[in-house]
Amino acid sequence: MWTVWTVWMVWMVCLVPTTSEALCTEDDGYKVRLSIKTALGGDAYEWNESEMFFFKATLAFAMRTYSGGEQYDVSNILVCDETLRVSFVFVVTKPSNTSELVPRTEVENAIKKSRHRINSAFLLTDQTLDFVGINPTLAAPIQYDTPPWLIAFGVVMGLVCAGIVALLVSTFLNKKRSKKSADEEEAGRGNGILCESIRGKDGLFNQGLVDDDRLTKL
Amino acid sequence: MGWSTKLKLPNPGLDERILSHAQLEKLEVEEAGERPKWDNKAQYMLTCVGFCVGLGNVWRFPYLCQSHGGGAFMIPFLILLVLEGIPLLHLEFAIGQRLRKGSMDVWRTINPYMMGVGLASMCVSLLVSLYYNTIIAWVLWYFFNSFQEPLPWSQCPVNANRSGTTKQVWECERSSPVDYFWYRKTLNITTDIDQTGGLQWWMVLCLISAWAVLYVCCIRGIETTGKAVYVTSTLPYVVLTIFLIRGLTLKGSVSGLVFLFTPDLNELANPATWLDAGAQVFYSFSLAFGGLISFSSYNSIHNNCEQDAVIISIINAFTSVFAATVIYTIIGFRATQRFDDCLGGNILTLLNTFDLPEGNITESNYDLALESLNATNPDIVNRLNLQTCDLNTFLTEGVEGTGLAFIVFTEAITKMPLAPLWSVLFFVMLFCLGLSSMFGNIEGVLTPLQDLKIFPKSWTKEAISGVTCLLCCCIGLIFVQGSGNYWLALFDSFAGSIPLLITGFCEMVGVVYVYGMDSRFNEDLVFMIGHKPNIFWQATWRVISPLIMLVIFLFYFVTTISKEFFYIAWDPESAKFPTLEQKPYPTWIYVIIFILAGIPSLAVPGAAIFRALWKRCSVGEESDSVHCIKNSLLI
Repeated sequence: MWTVWTVWMVWMVCLVPTTSEALCTEDDGYKVRLSIKTALGGDAYEWNESEMFFFKATLAFAMRTYSGGEQYDVSNILVCDETLRVSFVFVVTKPSNTSELVPRTEVENAIKKSRHRINSAFLLTDQTLDFVGINPTLAAPIQYDTPPWLIAFGVVMGLVCAGIVALLVSTFLNKKRSKKSADEEEAGRGNGILCESIRGKDGLFNQGLVDDDRLTKL
Repeated sequence: MGWSTKLKLPNPGLDERILSHAQLEKLEVEEAGERPKWDNKAQYMLTCVGFCVGLGNVWRFPYLCQSHGGGAFMIPFLILLVLEGIPLLHLEFAIGQRLRKGSMDVWRTINPYMMGVGLASMCVSLLVSLYYNTIIAWVLWYFFNSFQEPLPWSQCPVNANRSGTTKQVWECERSSPVDYFWYRKTLNITTDIDQTGGLQWWMVLCLISAWAVLYVCCIRGIETTGKAVYVTSTLPYVVLTIFLIRGLTLKGSVSGLVFLFTPDLNELANPATWLDAGAQVFYSFSLAFGGLISFSSYNSIHNNCEQDAVIISIINAFTSVFAATVIYTIIGFRATQRFDDCLGGNILTLLNTFDLPEGNITESNYDLALESLNATNPDIVNRLNLQTCDLNTFLTEGVEGTGLAFIVFTEAITKMPLAPLWSVLFFVMLFCLGLSSMFGNIEGVLTPLQDLKIFPKSWTKEAISGVTCLLCCCIGLIFVQGSGNYWLALFDSFAGSIPLLITGFCEMVGVVYVYGMDSRFNEDLVFMIGHKPNIFWQATWRVISPLIMLVIFLFYFVTTISKEFFYIAWDPESAKFPTLEQKPYPTWIYVIIFILAGIPSLAVPGAAIFRALWKRCSVGEESDSVHCIKNSLLI
């Protein structure tokens, strides 16, 4: 009895891994590369069994989210071809039947949906946590209602136009003012001598003469 | 006297055309006369410095320096500065200050047959103004676009396919975000000069704003320009200093400086080095445009123009070297970034292919690791197609002209923290540099127009400058079409080169041999600045500077007509894309080239011939004169 049991155990132990090894190929799954040191530098964590367990759990979470509650578990994620690069291949088996694989496209969509959560879990980015074959969805550039450059243009043109108007108006006012004082000068020119040139010179300043000059144009 | 030369061309009636020293003294004392004046010396100096220091100091000189032997380029540059630049500058200042007339009237006064020189100056100033302000419009476009985070040229726009995958726009992916933003989003460039591509509305708006800003600064001549230069001439230095401090703290800046200044004395034996140095000195000083003559004619008669010429030359040379230093710290940073990215990419590829742990291959042991891997698995390594990463290649990439400002520098800015701030500062600096040069260019157009009395006398200064700016803006619409950049390159090569050299040469010969050095110009300088110009000035004015200009002109002329006429085009369809493709000019371009270079140059002898014919034929009646000229021309 005991020997039968041990034989069965040995058979199970040998067969299950080989079955799972048979399932785990890059054609049916995805290769993952992690570049932890590149991303985190001095704060990089060691990749070990626990991290791998965490990764499997994250993938299971992604599958659950995508499939809408199907009970994916850590045991459904099969991993092989681990290297020192920190890269490995994984496949996902169906929770209902552990010898059947979930199609690639489903896995891809699940990962795409939860990509940000997976990245954040490992403190990595789209470039440093690389799923070979799954291109990251590029963020669309921000769309503005009014392009910012038009606003800057409007401000500058507003200032410039205000400046032009101010200068033209001041020129016009200056002209009017100088024309007015030229008219006054004309009126005050008695016998060809400007009043201004007489003021301040020796001689009495005759108020009456000046007023008369204004009224009687000689 | 040893240096007095009997070589002086006959010039009857000169005394009637110019004010004598006594009259000038009286004018100065009474402060009479309608000529505008500078408010103070600082305005005059800043305006001249602004005119001389322009975009060329930032994007032409550093490239020449680097490509002609680095630190060794200083030697021909400084030698030619002293022998060619300073004497010509002093000459223009002195003749403007003495004759107190704009560039057109100065030559008409010296000798009516030399009026062609003034006409040539005006034509060149006009043609250069047209395209120079377009460059300012481009700078404004980038300035307006700098007020957003992230900067629009830092990433490619993204298309969403129907299958839900996102993809970068093809043209952008093949080249780079900065190239795409420049060639597609800014210029919307066509594939060749034949296709106009229509007006690009956003560039039309920027062009209008460039001319509007210029108008508001030039509206009343030097009255408004003199105030504007307090900002436009000083701000670039402030920004350059800020960039220097920022640049020196960036990684890789020192490698840029080392690359720039490492002297290669072998380059001194290359005549092209001396030629380029001479041309750079000449164009950098904005000589022969007529603007400097106009500016100095508004000075008081006893202003020390000799000192001004030396000071401005020193400032110009210093600015060139300073700007080169700043530019190359940033270029060194960018090249180092690119090199690191290139090397990082290669290392990643190797790690991924051979599944080695991270940190096995670093930048320091990359070469050794590559060698050992190549030894063990040569076929795999070959199939990887690793890029060769060479820092020097990155340092020499596209580092002159618009490529420097709008592609290389903008890319470097996107890699710096607080990128929008640096972008705004950089483009404000370029804007100020360009605008202050435009003041001189437009002065070289407006003053001759007033001298020629083309506008009715009742028109105010504001109206004249307004109409001129409006007309130039309308003609400048050529450069904001799809093919505008190709037209601009054409104008730049032909309008602003040969005619200027001819005009500069004629200016020197005109003052020294037609106006007269011994009895007139030397005496004028004694009257103005108090002492006779020493033997250095005599030697350079009479012999050395004209000779240098003649040599440069001949070389330029020969190289221009002997080389093939190609232009480089951005053609996404071409096989070598994103490298720019060389295309031959269509045949009708030769007409345009003749208009650009030929007409100003031919104006110099043309005006003299026309005047000779007119004099010969003006004895009879008006109708007789016309017939007479026609007959003379048919002979």
